[in-house]
Amino acid sequence: MNQNIDQVFVSLKSWIVGLVPEFVQPLVSIFVSIGPLMGLFGTCFALTTILERKGLGRIQNRFGPNRVGPAGFFQPLADAIKMLTKEDVVPHAADKVVHFLAPLVLTVPIWLAFSVLPFGRNMAAIDLEAGLLFFFATGAASELAVFMAGWSSRNKYSLIGAMRGIAQMISYEIPLVLATVPVVLVVGSLSLNEIVAAQGGFANWHVFTPWGLAGFLFFLIAATAESNRSPFDLPEGESEIIAGYLTEYSGFKYALFFLGEYLGLFAVSGLAVTLFLGGWQAPAAFLEFIPSWGWFFMKFAVLISIFIWTRGTLPRLRLDQLLTFSWKFLVPMVLVNLVVTAAWQLTSVWSFPGAASLRWIGAAVLIAIPYYLLGKILTRLHHPDRTYQYAE
Amino acid sequence: MPNELIFYFLALVTTVTAIGAMSFKNLVHCGISLIATFVGLAAIYMQLNAQFVGFAQILVYAGAVGILVVFAILLTRGSETTGRRNNPRISSFWGVVTAGFLLCALVFPILSSNSLQRGSSPAPVVTVKEIGLQMMSTYVVPLQAIGLLLTAALLGGVIIAMRDGETEKEVFLTKKIKTRVEHKAEAEVEKC
Repeated sequence: MNQNIDQVFVSLKSWIVGLVPEFVQPLVSIFVSIGPLMGLFGTCFALTTILERKGLGRIQNRFGPNRVGPAGFFQPLADAIKMLTKEDVVPHAADKVVHFLAPLVLTVPIWLAFSVLPFGRNMAAIDLEAGLLFFFATGAASELAVFMAGWSSRNKYSLIGAMRGIAQMISYEIPLVLATVPVVLVVGSLSLNEIVAAQGGFANWHVFTPWGLAGFLFFLIAATAESNRSPFDLPEGESEIIAGYLTEYSGFKYALFFLGEYLGLFAVSGLAVTLFLGGWQAPAAFLEFIPSWGWFFMKFAVLISIFIWTRGTLPRLRLDQLLTFSWKFLVPMVLVNLVVTAAWQLTSVWSFPGAASLRWIGAAVLIAIPYYLLGKILTRLHHPDRTYQYAE
Repeated sequence: MPNELIFYFLALVTTVTAIGAMSFKNLVHCGISLIATFVGLAAIYMQLNAQFVGFAQILVYAGAVGILVVFAILLTRGSETTGRRNNPRISSFWGVVTAGFLLCALVFPILSSNSLQRGSSPAPVVTVKEIGLQMMSTYVVPLQAIGLLLTAALLGGVIIAMRDGETEKEVFLTKKIKTRVEHKAEAEVEKC
């Protein structure tokens, strides 16, 4: 029975594919994989926007949208209708073709990233041997899209926003990728399915090792910056540069940018779940009555709420702080993490009594000391003791 | 058959965007077109079952190199110059000559090599894991050498970009502040 519920989508797909004649089966199989993915994450997008607005509202001591439908939950529908019927304004001086292409370049590749994520047992659309590499390759297009949007608008604010966006994305892509390398090192595979398979049971989740916890936190920070979310949302800092590279976009194109940003967030959250939180694996064997995709989406929802929470809590960074944080803190720390992981892997052959706890404590200390020292040095370098001229 | 159709489509896209990269007037358009060419090439690699090369092509060329090219164009104000061009007749003459030389240099070695006579051999199945293992064992010295070279290049880039001493603007600002302070001091002396 459990087995049936767990595999319900897989069986459904093979049943649908079996209905059609053999020569169109590959094509139908592709569409049957793509359709639900787009529908599901489209719905996720709508749900997240309303939950985010309501959550932010609560954090800021107000109600958030509560007029449309029950408790305001039809707000995304109203937003969609508004976006679709809005006039599409293109500046006279804009580079029309590039201006038109930018939202597409942002949104289309991100859908590709979902194709390698395993959402449940046997539920990855394609099982690529280098799935992780594919995931990051699809992310490469978003920088180009930001540039195209900023440059083609012929607007100072757009261009400044695009410059900020690209500087930020390039800086944080390195810690983002390097934070995932320890996982690859330990599992010995770039395939996301194998990475999930290596994390059976609560104790084997990568987040419950010192390097895994550190890697997970660095990954989340870098992912926040990659998806341009607060506290790293300087490219759209509305108090400084209107809306950054989105300034000259309106109507449906603006909605596409929004969609692309949220999809990017979903994709990296899904990757974080897959790499560090055990993917679709249940924490323990007796909890497996909840199907694997159920576990995946529960973990996914937790991560999304963490992102909403940080957005409501933290103030925006300054550009120099942002770049300093990436290059002088995150990049060295992920490299340290990588070395510690290598040591962890080398010492995995230890078998004397107490070896496990010794490894654990040793790795934790080896990560904690550089963290503390680096933080101390950087604080002294960039924030010297303040002298108050008028306050004393 | 569908495989061939896909190949022709990809080849068409790659060629057209490559021609675009050479012939657009606006340099930023050229850059974007060049990135599209990179992506088309990556798709062809992937169609040939060379997954790793394809992904690396997208990550390195379309991602990093492409953005760098576009940025360099933008920062050097190349996107705004439309005017002065070299004499088209002379430059096209030398262009044809260079292209001819390049064609000869490529075609003759290929024709004379024995890889054409051998016929098609079954494609080797190279997994990403195998590439990684080879790089870390057989080819570890070249890998390290490249790493060293790139680090040196990176340091060189940082040194070139580093400012030595105060820039003009900073000098100007400090002067301005100094004169202001002096004025204030003078005014106070006068008051007394």
